[in-house]
Amino acid sequence: MINSRFFNRSELLGFLALAVLLFLILPLSLDIFRLNLVAKYLTYAFVGIGLVLCWGYGGILSLGQGVFFGLGGYCMAMYLKLEASSVANTKIQSTPGIPDFMDWNQLTSLPFFWKPFHSFPVTLLAILVVPAFFALIIGAAMFKRRVGGVYFAIITQAIAAILTILIVGQQGYTGGINGITDLRTLHGWDIRTDHAKFILYFVEVVLLFGCIVAAQFIRLTKLGRILVAMREQEDRVRFSGYSVANFKIFAFCAAAVFAAIGGAMFTLEVGFMSPSFVGIVPSIEMVIYTAVGGRMSIFGAVWGALLVNFAKTSLSESFPQLWLFGLGALFIAVVLAFPNGLSGIWADHIQPRIDRLLASRKSKSAAGLIADGAPAE
Amino acid sequence: MSDETKPGLPSPLRRKLLMGMAALPAMSMLGRPAFADVPATSAVNTTGLAVTDSEVTVGILHSVTGTMAISETGSVEAEKLAIEQINAAGGVLGRKIKFIQEDGASDWPTFAEKAKKLLVNDKCAAVMGCWTSASRKAVLPVFEQYNGMLYYPTFYEGLEQSKNVIYTGQEATQQIIAGLDWVNKTKGAKSFYLLGSDYIWPRTSNKIARKHIENHLQGCKVVGEEYFPLGSTQFNSVINKIKLTKPDVIYAIIVGGSNVAFYKQLKAAGIDLSKQTLLTISVTEDEIDGIGGENIAGAYACMKYFQSLDNPNNKAFVPAFKKMWGEKTVIGDVTQAAYLGPWLWKLTVEKAQSFDIDKIAAASPGVEFKGAPEGYVRIHENHHLWSKTRVGRAKADGQYELIYETADLVEPNPFPKGYQ
Repeated sequence: MINSRFFNRSELLGFLALAVLLFLILPLSLDIFRLNLVAKYLTYAFVGIGLVLCWGYGGILSLGQGVFFGLGGYCMAMYLKLEASSVANTKIQSTPGIPDFMDWNQLTSLPFFWKPFHSFPVTLLAILVVPAFFALIIGAAMFKRRVGGVYFAIITQAIAAILTILIVGQQGYTGGINGITDLRTLHGWDIRTDHAKFILYFVEVVLLFGCIVAAQFIRLTKLGRILVAMREQEDRVRFSGYSVANFKIFAFCAAAVFAAIGGAMFTLEVGFMSPSFVGIVPSIEMVIYTAVGGRMSIFGAVWGALLVNFAKTSLSESFPQLWLFGLGALFIAVVLAFPNGLSGIWADHIQPRIDRLLASRKSKSAAGLIADGAPAE
Repeated sequence: MSDETKPGLPSPLRRKLLMGMAALPAMSMLGRPAFADVPATSAVNTTGLAVTDSEVTVGILHSVTGTMAISETGSVEAEKLAIEQINAAGGVLGRKIKFIQEDGASDWPTFAEKAKKLLVNDKCAAVMGCWTSASRKAVLPVFEQYNGMLYYPTFYEGLEQSKNVIYTGQEATQQIIAGLDWVNKTKGAKSFYLLGSDYIWPRTSNKIARKHIENHLQGCKVVGEEYFPLGSTQFNSVINKIKLTKPDVIYAIIVGGSNVAFYKQLKAAGIDLSKQTLLTISVTEDEIDGIGGENIAGAYACMKYFQSLDNPNNKAFVPAFKKMWGEKTVIGDVTQAAYLGPWLWKLTVEKAQSFDIDKIAAASPGVEFKGAPEGYVRIHENHHLWSKTRVGRAKADGQYELIYETADLVEPNPFPKGYQ
């Protein structure tokens, strides 16, 4: 089914393990509330996969992935909000038919940039195109001028801060600090029911595997090898005649699109979008998930997002007042002890043991076969 | 069958089983025999909430970490005090209150996640919580979907009413109109300068204030209206404008840490609050703690509760609070409103003779709490509280001195006609 050259043996194992976990074990063992939480954690895995490509392979550290996560999420939220703000639902407002927060802010008509989001296909397109276009502008402005490394990271931070301030400040158009809340239906389908949450979970997992395959594809092409080469020796790549800037822009745009898909799914799973996912803190958290998972491993990013968020939930449930310290200690411990993250632990400590185990079993069974088939010595 | 017979079940499944069993009416027969004055669990809990013959579980959902922790801690403390007092007085329908506390972490989606956990997993019979409008907006769909009951303590912008929420703070018109009438009548104020932090509550409140000033107060006008981003610390330009326009009243709805900068800069610019009237609806004793009493002395605040209120209820409440949480704690308007939550819930449950959310929602209108530190309160049909509005004047020691209170309870009106 899967081309064995596309995944090597250990990757195939990782792929299958993740598929079994996400498609079978979790849906069968968790109630719908916990499953919905897992779905929320997994939205960050999309961002993580993007970061593996752009940071792990391309060496471009973006501390502003929340921007793209937010753009994707807001595009989806705008569509859902318009659907929830039908004239019938909003008849107590001064201006029925516009979102409630616009009415509170004395707006009397729908702003022009909200209008396209009446259409579902346009929304889906916007979720992919708006963040990609935005990343293209940032990328072109930065990489063509050879801005890189720490400076690029700082600029992405600044952009995340600017976008948050913009959203909070323009509350008549964006919902301000409250965000866009009370989302109800997607194309007439109520997304708040348990049944819908179950289906959305599977839609998300399928999309996630789609992104994993896409990222793996990018990694294996010549493009992926140029990315690695660029990370190691940018000047040599440039002198070899490659346009380094264009490759960087591509990696950055791809990461932006992955993040945006995660953001859009987040809106669907959680039922609202707010500027608290756009700013500096969430952007850095996203990098932490990737670092904990291992920035060189696509699967590591998914595991990182899952485990860190799981730890966040369970620590905060058990120790409401102290959990942040626990989480901080966990990050420090992982980064100090295992610089390559969870995937590093796997590759350095667990994989060799499994290999040894498999190898010894194989040789045993081979020996057994010989023993059965061949006359004893 | 009890859970000991199935030790090997994974915990979520076991929890589910337990919940299912708790919902079985037969459960009460297996449990320990009910006392004569304690109604049977099967009768008072028909929807599978976390109620046993001896205990009932409620949730506390506030930020104890993050930027909002400083404001919300007082609410948590007040709720815990109320729960302790209720338990000491025999509990609710003979059942002791047990609480599960969750941290909203000043993060709106976390509030939604934890609200869902408290309702779906823990089956809380009621939740006391939230502070900012943003966190309430985030959890509201959750409470409506899973049919929970939220007691929300903060004064807020109104424009909301839900079967699943009891608003124990004041909505905007209660807080604003009485204060503006008072300042117009006693200070002869004619011109107002409106200030606010830039988010929904100050904006909506100033909208109501403007409508009232322009349409209901004879010959009064608004001479300026400005907003500042949350956390802003630069007020010099607006202070200059105020000096030029010389309004009779500065009407300030600035929240959080910005207050510190605002009042210090006012003082530094030579605006003396003993001569210039300033009316705020956002500075409680908690905020003065940060601003410093000497910087705000002389300003007027309009809300429903001050720690200095002189009535028997408050005289019992303040020492009890300080005994539990320390001499240095101060009690602001929201803290007092949070204290009302558990009590109102207890009284409502006892009125309905049931923990069922639908029955509590229906029984809430008309519930009165005579022991409220602010005095008498009563729940309105719209799930807000009838309460008095008071004006206090800040003193250098950080307390307010009561100047005026409405003669009657003010009716809550979350969707005011003519003010939108």
